[in-house]
Amino acid sequence: MLRFWFDRRVRSAVWQVAILAAFLAAIAWLTANTLDNLARRGIQTGFGFLTRPARFPISEGFLAYEPTQTYLRAFAVGLLNTIYVSVLAIGAAMVIGFVIGLARRSLNPLVRGVAASFVEAMRNTPLVVQLLFWYAVLTIGLPSPRAALEPAPGLFLSLRGLFFPWPILSGWAVPAWIGLAAVALSVGTAWFGRTAGRAPIPPPRVIAIGGLGLAAASGWAVGASLSFDRPALQGFNFTGGATLTPEFMALMLGLVLYTSAFIGEIVRSGIDAVPKGQWEAARSLGLREPRILWLVILPQAVRLMVPPMTSQFLNVVKNTTLALAVGYPDFASVMATTINQTGQAIEGVLILMAVYLVISLSVSALMNGYNKRIMLVTR
Amino acid sequence: MSPLSVLFGSLGSAVLTIALGAVLILALPRIIQWGVIDSVWSANDGAACREATGACWAFLRAKFRQITFGIYPLDQQWRPFLAMILLFACILWSLPPRNWGRSLLVLWGTAIAAFLILMQGGLFSLVPVPSAYWGGLPVTLILAVSALGIGFPLGIVLALGRRSAMAVPRILSTGLIEIIRGLPLVSLLFMSSIMLPIMLPDGMAIDKLARAGVALTIFSAAYLAEIVRGGLQAVPAGQEEASRALGLSWGQTMRLVVLPQALQKVIPPLTNTIIVMVKNTALVLVVGLFDLLSSGKAALTDPAWPSPFTETYLFIAAIYFVMCFGISRYSAFLERRASIGTAR
Repeated sequence: MLRFWFDRRVRSAVWQVAILAAFLAAIAWLTANTLDNLARRGIQTGFGFLTRPARFPISEGFLAYEPTQTYLRAFAVGLLNTIYVSVLAIGAAMVIGFVIGLARRSLNPLVRGVAASFVEAMRNTPLVVQLLFWYAVLTIGLPSPRAALEPAPGLFLSLRGLFFPWPILSGWAVPAWIGLAAVALSVGTAWFGRTAGRAPIPPPRVIAIGGLGLAAASGWAVGASLSFDRPALQGFNFTGGATLTPEFMALMLGLVLYTSAFIGEIVRSGIDAVPKGQWEAARSLGLREPRILWLVILPQAVRLMVPPMTSQFLNVVKNTTLALAVGYPDFASVMATTINQTGQAIEGVLILMAVYLVISLSVSALMNGYNKRIMLVTR
Repeated sequence: MSPLSVLFGSLGSAVLTIALGAVLILALPRIIQWGVIDSVWSANDGAACREATGACWAFLRAKFRQITFGIYPLDQQWRPFLAMILLFACILWSLPPRNWGRSLLVLWGTAIAAFLILMQGGLFSLVPVPSAYWGGLPVTLILAVSALGIGFPLGIVLALGRRSAMAVPRILSTGLIEIIRGLPLVSLLFMSSIMLPIMLPDGMAIDKLARAGVALTIFSAAYLAEIVRGGLQAVPAGQEEASRALGLSWGQTMRLVVLPQALQKVIPPLTNTIIVMVKNTALVLVVGLFDLLSSGKAALTDPAWPSPFTETYLFIAAIYFVMCFGISRYSAFLERRASIGTAR
């Protein structure tokens, strides 16, 4: 009997069965409690509520939404807001973080010091405190629409948000804007290709885009001029133009500054990890410092930066849920309202979990794919 | 290089120096003007602050107790004060490595018990104060301490489970870790504040504070588990094999041979996670708990004062900064200390 117990396989099997049994028992106990409680409170489970009217307003979003529309529609509005804020915040934080990472390595002590204090201040205070601070600055700290600040002509900043002119998209305006964008794109690509030392002559693709752009832009000259919808003070608020709400601006400002400090550190350590010999070799070839950084150091540093950058991107997506603190209607806050209103806690929590897991998994899958592509190929 | 050539050596450097210098020279006098010269340091109500153009530090003085202790009954506030001092003293005592040992566990056990008795009351003729009235810094501290203190052993168990040769614990731990790490903390807090009361049997009540504590603990356990796993992977397999060959059991091998080496290797990421968790306690705001941040936010709503949010949020941010920056400096000290043995 004792010998039987000392058999490694038997012991392993006994342990595993015991752990599994304990786990299943815990699940069963919690499920039984839940069903019991739900029955007592008279809560109907099921996803039938999704097609019922939501009856709560959502302050901003891309999809047209009315409180008479379904919960499903409300979720879609929230989800789009989450994705929009995540993508914008990641993009902006990458740019600022890159600058900060370089500033941290600057030979100039003033630049280095300012960047270091920024990073320490951002990293050692909670994001939600920063968000509330920015929200207070943008609401309590700014004047009312009647006394709005006008930092540039047509641009108004008040406690109701930032109002700015927006192009009217009608007639020739759409092709004209596409044309301008294409010209800018081709000029940018050509310049980038030159600095990256790739092609002295623009590739046919760039020429094609540029030509298309010029053709469309000339349509602008022939047809209509670009017209703008300008914000104007009417009563107690501005009408017309486009608006960035204080909630959105506070969320973006907080997320971008906070994340850029972390990205700055990733960029810095990535660059630091490239051996000094690479700099020296590139210098001895006669390359100038910016081109060394761009052509020699960064391509090697990126390999080291991708895994920590991935977890920062995931953090941004998860941190967008702090929108709740400033009242921006992201997916989590729409869901919170729904749960409060319907009492469908289990369904709501399940949807919430599923949505964020899907977003997280797709971001990591995307980044892992990119990582595979740039990984050093060795035999 | 001389300081001058560093600051003005190249065109780019000179432009940056002048631009940054100009910003600093323009901004600093204004900040001093606002924060020191024009500011109001003492006032009984908001009238003086409304007239002044500078900072309203008087607000922080007037609301100091509300911000640090929340809505705890005013005449009983010596209790959270004492409890807070107790926790801070324990943290400070735990810092020097020579104090590390089994006695530290006893100390922390006693300290937490004393903290709870002081805050909760009901014993030793202390007036009972339900946790719904707790607030401010003591709540922030106890949430951080319990999330890390319970989350760390839990994280070690999860990490060992994930590296186990047995399929059942491996799959369960991996699943749990990945699900928790894929979710935002806000949603976990919601989940525990909404779901826990439904999932527990009738009559088994769990208060708001404990619910938030559960969410924070599980969250930190999942992140700590990944860090511990990294440390475990860095310990050569020969260590475990040698220890097993000497006749030590699996438990002894882990406790005496593998874990000490693994944990030593992961001090820097470990302190990073500790800082993240200290900051994360501020999120309990979304489930309506009165931690430091929410208490400050509540203090701002007093109509007698011209809500001086800059001063209040700066004050709260400064408290977090001191704690988090302190932890990161301490981690740097531990790393230096660890490298003494290996440096040549």
